[in-house]
Amino acid sequence: MRTVAVVGASLAGLSAARSLRKQGYDGRLVLIGDELHRPYDRPPLSKEFLSGTLGEAELALETDGEDLAAEWLLGVRAAGLDHTGRAVRLADGREVHADGFVIATGAAARTLPGSEGLAGVHTLRTLDDARALRDELGRGGRLVVIGGGFIGAEIASTAYALGLDVTVVEAAPTPLAGPLGETMGAIVSGLHTDHGVRLLCGVGVKGLSGDERSEMGVPPDGVWGRVDAVLLEDGRSIPADIVVVGVGARPNVEWLEGSGVALDNGVKCGADGRTSLAGVVAVGDCANWYEPRLGLHRRVEHWTGARERPDAAVATLLAGGAVEPGVPRPPYFWSDQYGVKIQFAGHAAAADSVTVEDGTADGRDVLAVYRRAGNPVAVLGMNQPRSFMRWRKQLAAATS
Amino acid sequence: MIPACRLVDLPRGEAHRLDVHPPVSVFHTDDGELFAIDDTCTHQDASLADGWLEGREVECPLHASKFDLKTGAVDAPPAKLPVRTHEVLVEDGMIYVRLSTDAPNLPPCIAARLAGGPA
Repeated sequence: MRTVAVVGASLAGLSAARSLRKQGYDGRLVLIGDELHRPYDRPPLSKEFLSGTLGEAELALETDGEDLAAEWLLGVRAAGLDHTGRAVRLADGREVHADGFVIATGAAARTLPGSEGLAGVHTLRTLDDARALRDELGRGGRLVVIGGGFIGAEIASTAYALGLDVTVVEAAPTPLAGPLGETMGAIVSGLHTDHGVRLLCGVGVKGLSGDERSEMGVPPDGVWGRVDAVLLEDGRSIPADIVVVGVGARPNVEWLEGSGVALDNGVKCGADGRTSLAGVVAVGDCANWYEPRLGLHRRVEHWTGARERPDAAVATLLAGGAVEPGVPRPPYFWSDQYGVKIQFAGHAAAADSVTVEDGTADGRDVLAVYRRAGNPVAVLGMNQPRSFMRWRKQLAAATS
Repeated sequence: MIPACRLVDLPRGEAHRLDVHPPVSVFHTDDGELFAIDDTCTHQDASLADGWLEGREVECPLHASKFDLKTGAVDAPPAKLPVRTHEVLVEDGMIYVRLSTDAPNLPPCIAARLAGGPA
């Protein structure tokens, strides 16, 4: 293999580049990124960076003096993959020819239809998003967060600490029921109400209202005016100076349509990152890996997956698909909200029971174990790092 | 030299945290070696004594950066700086630690707190 193109220059892409060099690949290495920034760490964007505790320099993922001997093409989006011609087409017309490809184009924040061009409405995914939101939060006021998932909850927690008046609106009856299940989702999202943050559940958002919004279409400067309220489906109107839309992310794979790479909720991958095309692997948020423990594909949007899985994908790429994939560690993620460290490992959806093994729901310090047919399949910790780690190790040992 | 704990009270695979400033932890590896390093991850306020001990490495319980117990070196982000290592001695069944005189690499939130700034 003479040239490897890594498409995507965030944690998954950088980790893939590092894995390539670590595994002895000494050919040409090209990293393509649609953002102008060098790889940076996203988890602090909703937490320490947003609150101003952490600066931009501290977000850098590369270490001082790190040299991957790579060519960096930043600020340019990939527009297509030509598998026959072995090339990535870039949005500016250039082509990068390679014999190995790592797809790591991540995911993009979902938006609220009709909110385009309304000032004061934000999503949070990139450093530029975070800069804009941080500047607005610094001015204070009333914040409405649409979506009670982890990103939304972390932003609510940060804004609360900054002194804003915060409301979280969640369409489902219980926030976080998907990743944590109903019972634990209710306990974790109880952190909002503990701190006087309003939590409105089971009600959808009808739209946003803005002070100078007209029906005449987008004005020449592209800005309609400023948001002043979130309109709910039950008729209520929640006054807002700032709105954050935190309703999930969709994989950035449109550029691969027609390339021959099988797509299904992202790039469909085996348990080692291989795709339907030889010489092409996919990692990170855009990749829908086969999960041997569940017997199905699962697109995991966790930092840890973007960090760890490129090792296996790169081994597969370099071996031409000849390696037997090992069973990866159970997915793991963490979240920091209202001073509570929330950690989760495994798959909640696989469980038929959840028991609190330590701590209490009211104390917001539970250690909960999820089981299926008596066997642990997932663990949740709130401010329980030591017991959580013991259970996480057990989980990995039991299922590997 | 600071007494840590008795060797018999620290089984293999476990860690013992010393209540000094900044905290230091002694690790007893599965192979029976003893190491002492600063307990706080250089990235964020997390206790490495709560981490995943494997071989001569400990993985931060929060964000999975791995530190070499012998050298203090870190293998991967988000942490970028090494932890300090300290000398460990065992005498008459007691574990002692001789603290390093180097400056510690504390995470920004802790460093700010120690300097009296906002946490």
